[in-house]
Amino acid sequence: MMVWVNLIAALCMAGAMALMLSRLFIGPTLYDRVLAANSFGTKTVLLLLIFSLMVGRSDGVDIALLYALINFIATIAILKFFRYRSLEIALAQMSLRRAIGGDDE
Amino acid sequence: MIYGTGLAVVLAVIWWVLSGYDKTLLLSLGAASVVVTMLLAIRMRIIDRETAPFFRLPTLIPFYTWLGGEIAKSNVAVLKAALKPEIDVTPRLVRVPVEADSDLSRCIFANSITLTPGTVTVEIEEDAFLVHALTPDFTGADGFAEMNARADRATDGRRKSS
Amino acid sequence: MTLIEIGILVRDIASIALMATGLVFVLAGALGVLRLPDFFTRMHAAGVTDTLGAELIVFSLILQAGFTLLAAKLLLVGFLLFLTSPTATHAVANAAHRAGEKPLLSRFHPKHPRDREGDA
Repeated sequence: MMVWVNLIAALCMAGAMALMLSRLFIGPTLYDRVLAANSFGTKTVLLLLIFSLMVGRSDGVDIALLYALINFIATIAILKFFRYRSLEIALAQMSLRRAIGGDDE
Repeated sequence: MIYGTGLAVVLAVIWWVLSGYDKTLLLSLGAASVVVTMLLAIRMRIIDRETAPFFRLPTLIPFYTWLGGEIAKSNVAVLKAALKPEIDVTPRLVRVPVEADSDLSRCIFANSITLTPGTVTVEIEEDAFLVHALTPDFTGADGFAEMNARADRATDGRRKSS
Repeated sequence: MTLIEIGILVRDIASIALMATGLVFVLAGALGVLRLPDFFTRMHAAGVTDTLGAELIVFSLILQAGFTLLAAKLLLVGFLLFLTSPTATHAVANAAHRAGEKPLLSRFHPKHPRDREGDA
C-alpha cells in the first residue's frame, strides 16, 4: 500500500516541479529565476527521497544529501557571480573593500 | 578545548551515520579522517562558540519547538493568501529593532524571521533588520519583540540575568 | 489481527497523513510562486514549500523507514534543508534588494477578468 502512496506523492512532486520550471522560464527578473531554481532543487531532493524509499534502495538518500548541499552552494555561487561578476575573490574581501569606500561593482 | 571535543564527537557520529560501517579497519580510517579534520580546524583557528554550538542545545531545543508552532501557524496564513481565488495582498517593508550584541543571537533571530513564512529578513543593519512581510498581519511589533527575547535567552541567557 | 499488525496500520496511517499535508503545502507553495505579483511576494510562497512542506514529507518517510540507520540519514537531510533553505532565501532577497529591485508596497487586488470587462 505504501508503495502506491509514495508513487502518488512522487507524481505530485513532479507536478510541483513542473510549475516551478514554468516560473523559471517566464520569471521576469534574474532573482525570480534563481529562487525558482533553488526551490526546484529542494523539490528534487524530496523526489529523490520519496523515490528511494519507494523502490527500497537506500542509495538514493545519500544522493539526496549531496544534492541538497550542492543546491545550496550553487545558489550562493550564482548570486555571488551576478553581484560581483567574478568568483575569484573571497566574499570577506569584497565586503571589506565596500566598507573602506570602494564601489559595489 | 571543550568545543573541540564536542566538534570531534559530532564529526565522528556523522561519519558513522553516513557510512554505517562496523569493521575495525574502516572505523580506524574514519577516526583518522576525524583527526585530520580537527587538525585543519585547529590550524584555521575556527573552533569557538559559533562553530560548535552544541552546548546550547538544552536551550535551543525548546526555542526551536516554540518556533515550529509559530511556523505552522503562519504557514497556514500564507497558504490561504496564496490559494485565494482573487489574490489580495498588501506587502510591507518594516524595520525591526534588534536588541542583541552577540553575533550568534542576532544570527538566530534573523534566521527565525526568515524561517517563519510571510516574513523574510532582507537587509541586516547595525541595530535593526529590514523585514519584508506578505501582509500587515505578520508585522506585529510584539511578535518580533517576543521572538528576539526568546532567541536571546536561547543563546546567551543575558536577557534574563541583566 | 495481532497487536503488531495494528501498530503497522497506525504507523502507515500517520505516515500517509503527514505525506498528504506536506504535499498540500508543497503544491500550494508552487501555485503561489506562479500566481503572486512580484518577486518579494513570490519569495514567501517558496518559503512555504521549503520549511513545513519539506519537513512534513521527511518525517513521513522517517515513519516509513522505521528505527534504522536510514531514518538517521533522512533526519540529517531534513536538518540540512531546515538550515540551508532560509539562508538561501535570505541570500536571494538580499541580492535583489542590493541590486535595487523595488518591492511592490501597495495593495494588490486585481478584479476578476469578467468584472474588469464590465467596468470598461
